Amino acid sequence: MATAARKTPAKPKSEGKSRPDSKIPVLTAPKPAEFTKDEELTAYREMLLIRRFEEKAGQLYGMGFIGGFCHLYIGQEAVVTGTKMVLIEGDQMITAYRDHGHMLAMGMSPRGVMAELTGRVSGYSRGKGGSMHMFSKEKNFYGGHGIVGAQVPLGTGLAFANKYRGNNNVSITYFGDGAANQGQVYESFNMAALWKLPVVYVIENNRYAMGTAVTRSSAETNFSQRGASFKIPGIQVDGMDVRAVKSASEMALEWCRSGNGPIILEMLTYRYRGHSMSDPAKYRTKEEVQKMRSEHDPIEQIKARLIGKKWASEDDLKAIDKEVREIVADAAEFAQNDAEPDPSELWTDVLL
Amino acid sequence: MPIDILMPALSPTMEEGNLAKWIKKEGDKVVPGDVIAEIETDKATMEVEAVDEGTLGKILVAEGTQGVKVNTPIAVLLQEGEDADSISSTTTDSSPKKKEGEESSPKQESSEPSPQDEKATAVPAAPRSEVAADPDIPAGTEMVSMTVREALRDAMAEEMRRDPNVFVMGEEVAEYQGAYKVTQGLLQEFGPQRVVDTPISEHGFAGVGVGAAFAGLRPIVEFMTFNFAMQAIDQIVNSAAKTLYMSGGQMGAPIVFRGPNGAAARVAAQHSQDYAAWYGHIPGLKVVMPYTAADAKGLLKAAIRDPNPVIFLENEILYGHSFDVPKLDDFVLPIGKARIHKQGKDVTIVSWGIGMTYAVKAEAELAKMGIDVEIIDLRTIRPMDIETVIASVKKTNRLVTVEEGFPQSSVGDFIANQVSRQAFDWLDAPVITVAGKDVPMPYAANLEKLALPSVAEVIEAVKAVTYR
Repeated sequence: MATAARKTPAKPKSEGKSRPDSKIPVLTAPKPAEFTKDEELTAYREMLLIRRFEEKAGQLYGMGFIGGFCHLYIGQEAVVTGTKMVLIEGDQMITAYRDHGHMLAMGMSPRGVMAELTGRVSGYSRGKGGSMHMFSKEKNFYGGHGIVGAQVPLGTGLAFANKYRGNNNVSITYFGDGAANQGQVYESFNMAALWKLPVVYVIENNRYAMGTAVTRSSAETNFSQRGASFKIPGIQVDGMDVRAVKSASEMALEWCRSGNGPIILEMLTYRYRGHSMSDPAKYRTKEEVQKMRSEHDPIEQIKARLIGKKWASEDDLKAIDKEVREIVADAAEFAQNDAEPDPSELWTDVLL
Repeated sequence: MPIDILMPALSPTMEEGNLAKWIKKEGDKVVPGDVIAEIETDKATMEVEAVDEGTLGKILVAEGTQGVKVNTPIAVLLQEGEDADSISSTTTDSSPKKKEGEESSPKQESSEPSPQDEKATAVPAAPRSEVAADPDIPAGTEMVSMTVREALRDAMAEEMRRDPNVFVMGEEVAEYQGAYKVTQGLLQEFGPQRVVDTPISEHGFAGVGVGAAFAGLRPIVEFMTFNFAMQAIDQIVNSAAKTLYMSGGQMGAPIVFRGPNGAAARVAAQHSQDYAAWYGHIPGLKVVMPYTAADAKGLLKAAIRDPNPVIFLENEILYGHSFDVPKLDDFVLPIGKARIHKQGKDVTIVSWGIGMTYAVKAEAELAKMGIDVEIIDLRTIRPMDIETVIASVKKTNRLVTVEEGFPQSSVGDFIANQVSRQAFDWLDAPVITVAGKDVPMPYAANLEKLALPSVAEVIEAVKAVTYR
């Protein structure tokens, strides 16, 4: 019996790239998109906003204005910026607790996000959610979730609603290499594939689940293939190159909108800072971090292209930086001076 | 303006640390991300990174200094075109800045209330919400006898006809017609898009349901039994119950989690647990546990329409019990309102769900002994209609609660606590809480019977509180 069972897959019948036994579509990552000058400048500005915002958040944390946990997105900016570039009205986004960048990319106001970080009344959750729990139904941002992996069934549920309503929208569900080892992720993969739900699972592989390197936590470190048991195709993408992220996202969204069900994009990325503010990141070498910063930084890549193509001068980019810094400084100023929530807020929003 | 570099905090609880080492010297140029110093506490060492570009103008706290308070300026960064001369003014500026940082902590606000004021104002009183009374059933309304199972099915079918956003999902709900036949006929009427068989993935499909509810659908998630929902409790508590609060009221989960709860018969420890106290513990949930078919129908319809997550605890044994249900087009009951099942004057028994079966049988026996029992069917565990219980205790002066769940931190414990706080002077005897025994449910028939509460125990409890 065992011998016979082993023989079966050894006789491929169908041609092409799909595996004969399981018919998993094999997709190849598309080439990085060719950006126009405007696209380069937009992506540059958006990534810079996230970076400066996060730097400021780190600073305010150090000053005691931000409490609790605070997970910065510095280094990973290209991932959310590139995917956001191809969304259409009504597409939903959901992620875990490293969420500030996602919110800014979705167009949520820096003041509202920063005021939530400082726990003030003008924050998106009126100060009751904090860094990890922010939402904007208006901007189709569904959180901001603090339990590793919990956003994956939730994002799959958003896709369920799209399918139920028969609209053309897709749920973009982000999670990390750490969450990729959660059981509920695979329960979700199974249902999403079974019901052909329009969901793009974006795995932000930043190589460390808190302090544990992927090689120490994961038997299969090619996360793009984690959907294989469910016939969910996946591709690996250079998550430090916003153009590669954009073209892969374009392909993934087209895949979903055409009714093919879920797809996985594994974004190979890197976080420069510790897991959270209180993590000194002693589990990796300074050289490793420095190498990523100097050779792969998503913002520096665009900067080099803009200057190389003479699409912008150093002064032009400085002006953008200045403008971004002003936005962030304004948000920080606002968030430090905004009022704390009224004590009566303690009892509101428990039930409708 | 020169920029002060402040002593950062490594954690929310850190108040001071040591400046272990300066990596940059005065006069060094720095760009954002450059490590300029190392600080340490007893727990960790961390690098201080520059946030702004400039020149390290002056080091204010020397390397090796111990006990540097968080937010103390440790260096001054000069920006383009500035020189060290401008530093003196900054360092004097730094003191009010430091204060600003301190003010962020609410405890250190300048106009500190006196301890007495604080006591009075620190925690505002919880708002009271009025729950509507049961709708009046017009005199002469035809009553139909039906089982709890049929009542639940009718409630779902009526709500699915009424609102296209309502759908039911769970294991075996569609083609199998329900593991306990509660969803019988729904697939035939509403089709597979709205009656969805799921794989055996409680954690996953509970989360899918919550996500669909975030998006505005009205899911009814059936758990084959609530014992299996323990796999899903993170999604129920952390995602469904807390999101409305954490989003400042922007987004909640209008969802019903329903299914049989508690012991059935001879299914042993892992399949026989009562979760009323577990879910009753959680703010952001409503928890309903009906006994009669009429309540099952009226309250399930209310639960489906409710904009909040509702835990609807049914019971396998009660599914087959028949009760009179009013034949009305739209019979909806208020969640959060107890029902006086039988009026009486000597003692109050409060129960809910299957616990009511013990209360009802005990009452019949006690009546023969001349004890006039008032039975309150709580119907909803959260929000709890404690007012009705208090009013009854003020009349009878004695209270017994009955439930099948474990005794420690039980629903009855909470009721006893509320009664002792709100009606202590009316009590003529200590409250007795009759509950399941403090053991996992055994399989053997005789042991199982011993583990559950009994009519005899309820009678004993009533006799004890009435000193008979």
